[in-house]
Amino acid sequence: MSSILYDAQGPRAKRRNVIFTVVFVVVLAALLWWVFSTLDEKGQLEWALWKPFFTGTEAWSTYIWPGLQNTLKAAVLAVVIALPLGAALGIARLSDHRWVRVPAAVVVEFFRSIPVLVLMIFGLALFAEYTNVSSDDRPLYAVVTGLVLYNASVLAEIVRSGILALPKGQAEGAMAIGLRKGQVMRLILLPQAVTAMLPAIVSQLVVILKDTALGGAILTFPELLASANTMSGYYGANVIASYTVVAVIYIALNFALTSFASWLERRLRRGKKSTGAVLSADDVETADAGAVGKL
Amino acid sequence: MFDFLQDYDLAGAVWTTVQLAVLSAVGSLIWGTLLAAMRVGPVPLMRGFGTAYVNIVRNIPLTVIILFASLGLNQTLGVTLGGGNDFETINFRLAVLGLILYTSSFVCEALRSGINTVPVGQAEAARALGLSFGQVLRLVVLPQAFRSSVVPLANVLIALIKNTTVAAAIGVAETALLMKEMIENEAQLLLISAVIALVFVVLTLPTGLILGWVGKKVAVKR
Amino acid sequence: MKLRKVSAASAAVLALALAATACGGDDKDSGSSGGDSKKVTIGIKFDQPGLGQKTPDGYAGFDVDVATYVAKKLGYTEDQIEWKESKSADRETMLQRGDVDFIAATYSITPERSEKVDFAGPYLLAHQDVLLRADDDKIKSPEDLNNAKLCSVTGSTSAQNIKDKLAPKAQLQPYPTYSACLPGLQNGAIDALTTDDSILAGYASQAQFKGKFKLGGFKLTNENYGIGVKKGSDLKNKINDALEAMVADGAWDKAVKDNFGPANYKNEPAPKIGDIKS
Repeated sequence: MSSILYDAQGPRAKRRNVIFTVVFVVVLAALLWWVFSTLDEKGQLEWALWKPFFTGTEAWSTYIWPGLQNTLKAAVLAVVIALPLGAALGIARLSDHRWVRVPAAVVVEFFRSIPVLVLMIFGLALFAEYTNVSSDDRPLYAVVTGLVLYNASVLAEIVRSGILALPKGQAEGAMAIGLRKGQVMRLILLPQAVTAMLPAIVSQLVVILKDTALGGAILTFPELLASANTMSGYYGANVIASYTVVAVIYIALNFALTSFASWLERRLRRGKKSTGAVLSADDVETADAGAVGKL
Repeated sequence: MFDFLQDYDLAGAVWTTVQLAVLSAVGSLIWGTLLAAMRVGPVPLMRGFGTAYVNIVRNIPLTVIILFASLGLNQTLGVTLGGGNDFETINFRLAVLGLILYTSSFVCEALRSGINTVPVGQAEAARALGLSFGQVLRLVVLPQAFRSSVVPLANVLIALIKNTTVAAAIGVAETALLMKEMIENEAQLLLISAVIALVFVVLTLPTGLILGWVGKKVAVKR
Repeated sequence: MKLRKVSAASAAVLALALAATACGGDDKDSGSSGGDSKKVTIGIKFDQPGLGQKTPDGYAGFDVDVATYVAKKLGYTEDQIEWKESKSADRETMLQRGDVDFIAATYSITPERSEKVDFAGPYLLAHQDVLLRADDDKIKSPEDLNNAKLCSVTGSTSAQNIKDKLAPKAQLQPYPTYSACLPGLQNGAIDALTTDDSILAGYASQAQFKGKFKLGGFKLTNENYGIGVKKGSDLKNKINDALEAMVADGAWDKAVKDNFGPANYKNEPAPKIGDIKS
């Protein structure tokens, strides 16, 4: 794609390229050098602060792994609960009946326009006040509730656009052989839509994983980011080191998921059996915020 | 029933949210466009940088980025962004910076998909006229790309408005932090939550509707 | 065929994730279900060096030592203690619901809290104080705090005290944990970290910071650390007896020395049971 925007380069353009590259490298190197030298000057690069992560496993087994487990637990619970809920909402939005379609649309649009953090804060107070969920579990419940409410409505949109992306002939053909509406949805449309949606769903997992960090920073949910806090208390306030390690874990985890999603997508696009409708990972990033206003 | 609102500066908090959103939106549009230009440009190193930036930044939780801006940039590296001695100003600016760094990766991707919708012939014709890469991008491709990415960009903007709440993690007095404070001190949980929810619905729904309409209006008919 | 492979791969990923979290859930269940079979559950802080800190070898700190001593006097061995994290905001609820048997987690005795739970002790008299850079001579009295940049934990009483009465004009940076304040304090982005002196002493006595920080010694407030029990519980008297014994046989002094030793922290003498300084 990129080659369309510029020609094969002649000597002048090549020279210019070299100049750009050199300037860019210099600027980037200067920035990095400044960061490292300042960190070093402030004593943040001292080996003692980083040692716990590279020698021995106690930092990993005491702090990071339990935190990561909680992160994964919250994310998986959220997906597992949000998926059926989202599917139901998405299908309801496609209903022929106004009284089903409109309420579903209202619910979806409402929860999509509210920050997930606000939903989590609400959830935490709700569980504290009206249920007897123990204080140990309350942050988890609150985080999962926030994530489910928000992501069910995002997944509803994914399901809806997944079904809408199927060629019209599929539904028409199914009706022509005498299937009823429910059967068309259950036997023909959903199975195809689900495969088409897989990459989008996996990408949504990335969004969910990232959002669990809010629970750690603001709701005292003992997940990966919060484990960095407990950890830095023990290892002489190595906050920068702890946060860096945690950030790298997030990147690795999410990068793996993103790559898996695009692999899935390529795979599905090549597949001959599908109808060619694939919801890409990018569609979700946009669905993340949602095309609002389709009541 | 709404007495409790008198003790809190809801308007001020919402205004902070709006300011965070607007400043970050402008900043990420600029930085995101530059990133997109790097990613489709002829300089291999810049292409690599753009790709790496987007892939790394998109995969870090915004919370971590904003905490890093405060703990790393400010507390350790001593960057104050011209905020002088005033924590409120410094934290606000750091939050804007964090939001820009994060959101621009999504802007870049939205623009790139917009660039992909511009037919090959357009760029080829522009090149045939003798325009350079910068000119092709500036005069022919980007104007069309922007028009066809209004809707994805609107979605990024809506996500950004909601993401401003993460600034609460470093103590910026925006709407979510106020909500937390109110819930801790007052008994009307449902009422408070309803008010806050309404604030965000009012901020995001019209944005989506208006920009969706604009998107249709300016879309390049092909 | 291809499609099936793809679905299988996704299923495998999901299953893996589920399996990973499932084991996490399991050991938690087996842990918290105890309580009837001769076990004692104690709430402490997990992230405050010197008082209650989770470490690779278990838990350490003054609160932990006191709680362990009390538990032993109550007839439990060290193996029968189950530690639970009790965040400041959750302490009353945890006691009321019976999630823990008692709480020793920098738990100041206040009239409001005494309405909801009972307190044994106090076992330590602490004061809100500030932690300063060792070479800082700008802040000499509490009044100087008004032009200072302070750091504390989001929503903590110390932060509230500063804003409400101690230094309303001071700049306050809130973070999720005290250790996040320390890099800024070291680098001069922050002038003082404020919370109870016992907590500050815990940080200052970490090997990393020897000689870098000092306590202001301002005694801004009185914090009577007590052991929280459920309202009306008969544990209160037993714990009081245990605390008296701890002071009497010198274990209290040893615990103070072990945990706050190197910080130049002049601890108050062991408080008398029931003697609450306001």
